[in-house]
Amino acid sequence: MSALGIVGGVVQPLAVVAGSPVLVGMMRQVRARLEGRAGPGIAQPWRDLRKLFGKEPIAPRGTGVVFRAAPYALVATTLVVSFVAPLATVDSPLDPVADLFAVVALLTAGTVALALAGLDTGTAFGGMGASREMTIVALVEPTLLVAVFALSVPVGSTNLAAIVSSTLRDPARAISPASLLAAVALVIVIVAETGRLPVDNPSTHLELTMVHEAMVLEYAGPDLALVELASAMRLGVFLALLANLFVPWGIATTAGPFAVLGGVLALAVKVVVLGLALAVGEVFLAKLRLFRVPELLAGSFLLALLAVAASFFLA
Amino acid sequence: MNPTGLALGVALVLGVFAAVLGAATRKHLRARAVGAVTALCGAAGTIAGISAMCGTRYYAAFPALLPLSGVTITVDSTSGLFLAVTGAVAFVSAVYGVGYARADANGRLPQAVFPLFVITMMLVVSAGNVGALLVCWELMALCSLVLVLTEHHRRPEVARAGRWYAVMTHLGFVAILAGLLVFTAAADDDTFPALRVAAHHLSPTTASVVFVATLLGFGSKAGVVPLHVWLPRAHPEAPSHVSALMSAAMVNLGVYGIVRVGFDLLGGGQRWWWLLTLALGGISAVYGILHAAMSTDLKRLLGYSTTENMGLVLIGLGAAGLVADDPVVAGLALAAALLHMVNHAAFKTVLFLAAGSVQRGAGSRDLDALGGLSGPMPFTTAAFGLGALAASALPPGTAFVSEWLLLQALIHARPSAGAAAVVMMPIAVAAVALTAGLAVATFVKAFGVGFLGRPRSAGAAAARESPASMTAALGIAVAVCAVLAVLPTILLSQLGSLASGLLRTGSPAAMDGIVVRLVGVSGALSPLMLAVVSVGAALGLVAVVRLVLTRQARRAARLWDCGAGPLSARMEYTATSFAEPLQRVFDDVVQPETDVDVTHARESAYLVEAIEFRNRVLDRIERWLYTPLLRAVSVWAAAARRLATGSVHRYLGYGFYTLCGLLILLAVTR
Repeated sequence: MSALGIVGGVVQPLAVVAGSPVLVGMMRQVRARLEGRAGPGIAQPWRDLRKLFGKEPIAPRGTGVVFRAAPYALVATTLVVSFVAPLATVDSPLDPVADLFAVVALLTAGTVALALAGLDTGTAFGGMGASREMTIVALVEPTLLVAVFALSVPVGSTNLAAIVSSTLRDPARAISPASLLAAVALVIVIVAETGRLPVDNPSTHLELTMVHEAMVLEYAGPDLALVELASAMRLGVFLALLANLFVPWGIATTAGPFAVLGGVLALAVKVVVLGLALAVGEVFLAKLRLFRVPELLAGSFLLALLAVAASFFLA
Repeated sequence: MNPTGLALGVALVLGVFAAVLGAATRKHLRARAVGAVTALCGAAGTIAGISAMCGTRYYAAFPALLPLSGVTITVDSTSGLFLAVTGAVAFVSAVYGVGYARADANGRLPQAVFPLFVITMMLVVSAGNVGALLVCWELMALCSLVLVLTEHHRRPEVARAGRWYAVMTHLGFVAILAGLLVFTAAADDDTFPALRVAAHHLSPTTASVVFVATLLGFGSKAGVVPLHVWLPRAHPEAPSHVSALMSAAMVNLGVYGIVRVGFDLLGGGQRWWWLLTLALGGISAVYGILHAAMSTDLKRLLGYSTTENMGLVLIGLGAAGLVADDPVVAGLALAAALLHMVNHAAFKTVLFLAAGSVQRGAGSRDLDALGGLSGPMPFTTAAFGLGALAASALPPGTAFVSEWLLLQALIHARPSAGAAAVVMMPIAVAAVALTAGLAVATFVKAFGVGFLGRPRSAGAAAARESPASMTAALGIAVAVCAVLAVLPTILLSQLGSLASGLLRTGSPAAMDGIVVRLVGVSGALSPLMLAVVSVGAALGLVAVVRLVLTRQARRAARLWDCGAGPLSARMEYTATSFAEPLQRVFDDVVQPETDVDVTHARESAYLVEAIEFRNRVLDRIERWLYTPLLRAVSVWAAAARRLATGSVHRYLGYGFYTLCGLLILLAVTR
């Protein structure tokens, strides 16, 4: 547990919590402008959160402890990931937890909590959302694991800090075939996992096409605020992980104040660039039919598998 | 007699005593007496196993006990592991059986056979020669068959399942018998040390025959595809405490057989053996979990999940054999496989016992008829939820640690292990990854649809919690699961030295207090830290939200029902509808059968009176492999019937001609 790790453990969760809603606000604003609307401004998600936290908590009749606990589990797992993963600093406060498999599994655990909450409501929408989400997760998780594997084989470790610092030392690794294939696969699954177009439309409330929104339909007030915050944080964490796995430059490697500040700024720049690219892409994309999504995900699985094969054969 | 032998002896005596109690005591005392004594027997077995794992070996020979070969008892550390797992599962199942069997399986026969099943399993892993192993194996199969058939007079499916099981287990036995007899024929006698010596001068072909025959035989017991067909039938139809014992303890003995023969007696051997093992494991894992994801019968789902987990164990064993040149990675893979087996035993005990509790409390194990159990059955729901978390390889669950270790072993397999390994490792990783993803969906379905939401039938609405002995057993099993999940280091150092002993190498993992740190390759994970940080973050978050952000009390409100009045349970998603998207995605693999019958009103074809929808996911391997096989067998049998006319003269003639034929054959070949 190094000083840098401890600084990272404090700075990263704060940056993720504070910055993620702003990221979502920026993406919405860019979309709004490109679609010819004025847009509500980049701080709108924060204003929504403040409003929701001020509302009365609601307990829908017939729901149990799973429904109550799910938003907390969702935020907590994302917080743990932002605590341990090398986002702004290369060291982790808890190195034996900063494992890529552990991080992927933790983020999946959050999704599972929300799907169970959807089933716990006992409504048709909750079940529908949970069923669709789990179908997507069942196809996303293999791709994530295989892509992780492809990135880990050349490094010989699944430790995130090891992967990031290895790319820092050997920049050519970032453009190896295995790495590029894994990057494309990861982009597709991150789009699916964070519920963006073309897999799910985050701004829709059209009943028959919803995935994420169907699961969280019963949430209101502070619970909904937590769910919204968590989905923003997950988007931020996924984009940050994606950025640092392939383009780690700028990440703080010493514990000095300027280095850490530089790390946070680099993180913000990378995530914002990725987020804006995603938002621009979304303007030109329509949502896929639900049963076309598995084809997309199967394609990304294949890419990830090719990445593993490349990393084994070209090692 | 050392502590290991003493504890094993006590376990056997207690087991026999429990069987006598089961046969002799009155009905109202039977369940309690058998449960208590069998639990003690299981505890003694666990102590014997732990003592053997800690290094106290036990050896005894009883030459007069069995004709031809005698009985040799050898408890080494490999036996110790399996003995400890069997004993622990038996302990929990027996405690559970006190409450469970009193209602459902309190006949003289099942109660007397239950402890016998436990001690025959213990004897299988303690046997030190082939003769004793085979006899105990057969006794174990017969005991379990009797137990599977417990409820045959109530449900016809039980008899059908029993028939499948009887045939498959005996075919497996024939394969083991053939393999081990060929092996023994090359050795001085049939004890394991003699076989180890003989393995050095065995011809490669003979060694391969021995390995493949025993792999098939033991694999059928472990429920490996394509020999798995009995498992999803027999495990669900047995009483639940027996299901737990079969699914958590008996299937392990298949793994024991493969480890014992492949690694210990044959000493590794050829690479293609392990490629075959790995391939069978990968296919079993994916096929098993795919069918589990489609199943709507809770216990059938768990049965298929057993096939999946044994597949993962086989992937580990196969990887260990494949990269045997690299002792570090091989040891890691073997330790991961064994840890996964122990973890599977722990969480499968929880899941089967909870399923039994549901069947008893809600009167059904059909997920489409369950739901809403978290209110009336809080303990069972909590236990199943934790078991499902453990089974779905998510942190902080039990299977997460062992699958992490397995993936670490696959990652560190170097290309130096040969082209076959380089091709197989990515495929194995893909299989493990697909399995992990589908397992998450499967267990979300099992827990979310089965336990949460609103009750979907009258039985589920009137569910009641199980008696104290059953919930206590569930509590013990959950506690073991939790300890294995956060502190695998307790067990892993033992498993590491066990694996290094089997592979004759150094230990693959070092225990750094609470961190699993791999030796020789980089890799570290601390499940305890992970669990503590996650729980801490959740509690901190609850505190912040409750104390700082919102202080108001929760108000109860209506669910969103589209303004159309109260929602009924018919509007809920069922297990079938939950799995429907996945079923569509894997349509080509599972090939479900769907029939829709629309009955029109007599007045007009535009008016619909009734719609009947049927959807079945049949086991495709069963249809493609076994149906033609069974048809061929019956055709053959029908042809053979023509020979049996009832005429004694003719039968005597058959005997005469056969004898003559054999003599001529001998005369020609000799």
